[in-house]
Amino acid sequence: MTEMMATRDAYGQALVELGRQMDKIVVLDADLSKSTKTALFAEKFPLRFFNIGISEADMMGTAAGLAASGYIPFTSTFGVFATGRVYDQIRNTIAYTKLNVKIVASHTGITVGEDGASHQALEDIALMRVLPNMMVVVPADGRQTYQAVKAVARYEGPIYLRLGRPKVPQVIPAGLFFELGKAQLLKEGKDLAYLAAGITVKPSLEAARILESQGIDAAVVNVHTIKPLDEELLLQVAKKTGALVTVEEHSVIGGLGGAVTELISEHHPVPIIRIGINDTFGESGTPEALLKKYGLTSENLVNAGQAVVQKKRQLSC
Amino acid sequence: MPVISATAIEELKLKAKKLRKDVISMIYRAASGHPGGALSALDILIVLYYTVMNIDPKNYLDIERDRLVLSKGHACPALYAVLADRGFFPSDWLDFLRKIDSPLQGHPDMRRIPGIEMSTGSLGQGLSAANGMALAARLDGSRRRVYVILGDGEIQEGQVWEAAMTAAHYRLDNLTAFLDYNGLQIDGWIRDVKSLEPLAEKWRAFGWHVLEVDGHDYTSLLEIIDRAHFHKGAPTMIIAHTVKGKGISFMENQADWHGRAPNKEEYVQALAELEK
Repeated sequence: MTEMMATRDAYGQALVELGRQMDKIVVLDADLSKSTKTALFAEKFPLRFFNIGISEADMMGTAAGLAASGYIPFTSTFGVFATGRVYDQIRNTIAYTKLNVKIVASHTGITVGEDGASHQALEDIALMRVLPNMMVVVPADGRQTYQAVKAVARYEGPIYLRLGRPKVPQVIPAGLFFELGKAQLLKEGKDLAYLAAGITVKPSLEAARILESQGIDAAVVNVHTIKPLDEELLLQVAKKTGALVTVEEHSVIGGLGGAVTELISEHHPVPIIRIGINDTFGESGTPEALLKKYGLTSENLVNAGQAVVQKKRQLSC
Repeated sequence: MPVISATAIEELKLKAKKLRKDVISMIYRAASGHPGGALSALDILIVLYYTVMNIDPKNYLDIERDRLVLSKGHACPALYAVLADRGFFPSDWLDFLRKIDSPLQGHPDMRRIPGIEMSTGSLGQGLSAANGMALAARLDGSRRRVYVILGDGEIQEGQVWEAAMTAAHYRLDNLTAFLDYNGLQIDGWIRDVKSLEPLAEKWRAFGWHVLEVDGHDYTSLLEIIDRAHFHKGAPTMIIAHTVKGKGISFMENQADWHGRAPNKEEYVQALAELEK
């Protein structure tokens, strides 16, 4: 059986290791340290942990001040509070200043689950992506998160790292290492390509396997860095396959689908279908029930894959 | 209290005249900017940058320097005038305030201007950043100090009070805040728009050591800053009673001069007043 791990758990563990290696790392939280898993760091390094209380705006500004003094602050809370709630603070005091602040959202997307729409960040990638100087990273599983957190710590500049609440299986092969800005071709294919991020990598791989039995050869790319996009690899895949399906646990507007569509339409137009949340808020339910209801399943991805291939064929007629 | 002679105070007053001219000239040439709040905060900046703060313009990134965050970023012409005069950057930069390709942006940009410790302009955010700097100083085991200047209208922003709680909770006694209490905001008198009173009691209730001072009286400012430095276990808020547009008769206490530049005639009159 595949090992299950929540990306936020991997984050908590990686922070502890980084805390030992890098004495400039400090961690800030806004009263959610048990959920965001920064409590692990707090326990080991109490003097380098600051609970700012339920004051996310203040947390971002405090982190900026620490970064301006040479520290490497990681700030953690849920995705809705880490982005939209503090947008102006991030825009003016972190992105504009290009300060070395790491914004790590532990609960994002529809799989936040039972807490419902108020707590399900479905627009956070879009918000962060349009800010100059901001990098946006969405790891696919626990191991990749562990590697990503370490890469993020060593990168100088503001980064939004998008993690998730539920336990997820390992999908990235152990030997495939994370590199900021480098998308990962997980499966070759010539008929279409799934471009996925985060927990949607797994159903994309499953969909590709199902299509294979139908004689359709689908590639799968893990686009863990949404900004900057790995333009070289994505264009290469677009040229080879001529049909793309973007898959994300986020609005189809402004996130991975938006970013890919901007790139592809400008440089190598091919049919694209964007799978994600269709411009709507979420709701309460189990993560599994929500993923099903909102179409983030391998079955739905198979349908999208068939449809995009159909589109490609119609265009070439 | 730092030893400062009557002569030194007179020198600061002369300096203030020169810097007020710089502020007015800068805004006149830019044909936009915020003279009122710049002139109300200027004397606080003068006391800090010419007598109090440990800074070295030639080594302006020295880790041990004291920090100042101008949270009311729109008052930056005052800070630009002071930084140029202290040698952080060439004085001729002042000629290009708010012009294309100029380092001197309409609101302070730490990435373009030596001596600017934090980019500000969107109100309510400077105290949080100053808290972060004060926490960093403590982590470093350093005696360096952090100063922050808040606008009075600015503290209507909720984030200020989040930050006020943080500073008190972490007992940031290496942090000294100034409230430039000139009583006016863009739409008029603060008491009419949204009152701040009882102001000192608010900050005390938030756990701060609170002092009040005439924000244009150098001797009093020096004495009160000294008291702030010696207070342990809590951050200090110095409520500085100031006059918006201080030093230019027709700008004083006028909300209209919050954010407009003088025309030629007004400019000439302002300079003439400062020559007296």
